[in-house]
Amino acid sequence: MKLPRAWVLALGFTLALLAGCHRDAQPSWRLTDVSGHLPDLEFKLTDDNGKSVTAADYRGKVLLVYFGYTHCPDVCPLTLAQLHVVMQRLGTKADDARILFVSVDPARDTPQTMHAYVNAFDKRAVGLVGPDKDIEALAKRLRSAYTREPDKGDGAYDVSHSSAIYLFDRDGKARVLATPSASQDDMVHDLSLLIDLGAKA
Amino acid sequence: MMSRPFLLAAVAALGSLLVAGSAIAGDADAVTASHAWIRVLPGNLPAGAFADFTNASDHAVALTGASSTRYGQAMLHRSSTEGGMGRMEAVDKLEIPAHGGARLSPGAYHVMLMQAKPAVVPGDNVVLTLRFSDGSQKDVTFQARPANAL
Repeated sequence: MKLPRAWVLALGFTLALLAGCHRDAQPSWRLTDVSGHLPDLEFKLTDDNGKSVTAADYRGKVLLVYFGYTHCPDVCPLTLAQLHVVMQRLGTKADDARILFVSVDPARDTPQTMHAYVNAFDKRAVGLVGPDKDIEALAKRLRSAYTREPDKGDGAYDVSHSSAIYLFDRDGKARVLATPSASQDDMVHDLSLLIDLGAKA
Repeated sequence: MMSRPFLLAAVAALGSLLVAGSAIAGDADAVTASHAWIRVLPGNLPAGAFADFTNASDHAVALTGASSTRYGQAMLHRSSTEGGMGRMEAVDKLEIPAHGGARLSPGAYHVMLMQAKPAVVPGDNVVLTLRFSDGSQKDVTFQARPANAL
């Protein structure tokens, strides 16, 4: 059977639209779907260039939010190195995403130390610092937590902190949650989907 | 013919040499290290050191600590993200099973290095002296790698 050309085109468009709608409505996440379970991203902090910033400044970008601190010698660097590789794998698409590394160690982390730190991992990473109450407010908002552990001598101490990575869409809505042990493929998959959502054609 | 005191002294010296010898060889000799590296962070931030170990002997060997002339302090630590919380604790040892292996790896057991002097930069080779539970030691060269190395 031979369908008229116009009809075939129309059918093709409809299918494309349906596929598009379907994906927009229910993206097939591989990480933990938290859509509707967490409030939108909101904060007022200082970035690693010393500039006062709010969540609104990052609207339009897909965000990977991760709490940590620069004196964390192992888990934070490992997580940030993994996020760097995930971003690398996305190629130029990753320009539409930012890693927000939020310090849970206001006493030691300054915009300067954070600047050197985040840039050692990825040029699309931003370090955020702020007074305890502002960091705490953001952590609470995201059902996250951190605790400063007792001094180990020489003023050295560790900070225990939630290890989750929160992925927000371009509108600042929480969409998926990853753990540091999540597979890189799954991270790339979901981050790519998130970047495609609402991307300018 | 040697005098008795001299003989005694010689025996004592030989004995202490043997003891010292076993302290240097011992467990350290049974352990082979590979993929030894340090994740270098900017400034004077603490760094993690990682390596893979195999133990060729028929008894378990325990790594109990490390030191380096390049760092003011080196501590055996274990990180974990159990229950969704990232935390770190000092540990006494890393067991390397008989005819088996164990790893110092990111996110788990590692040596935390502090106060580098002079600063360690990616590409540097840094010798760490590893200590084992029987008192024996082993020098292992660790390669300094960038912060975002995996």
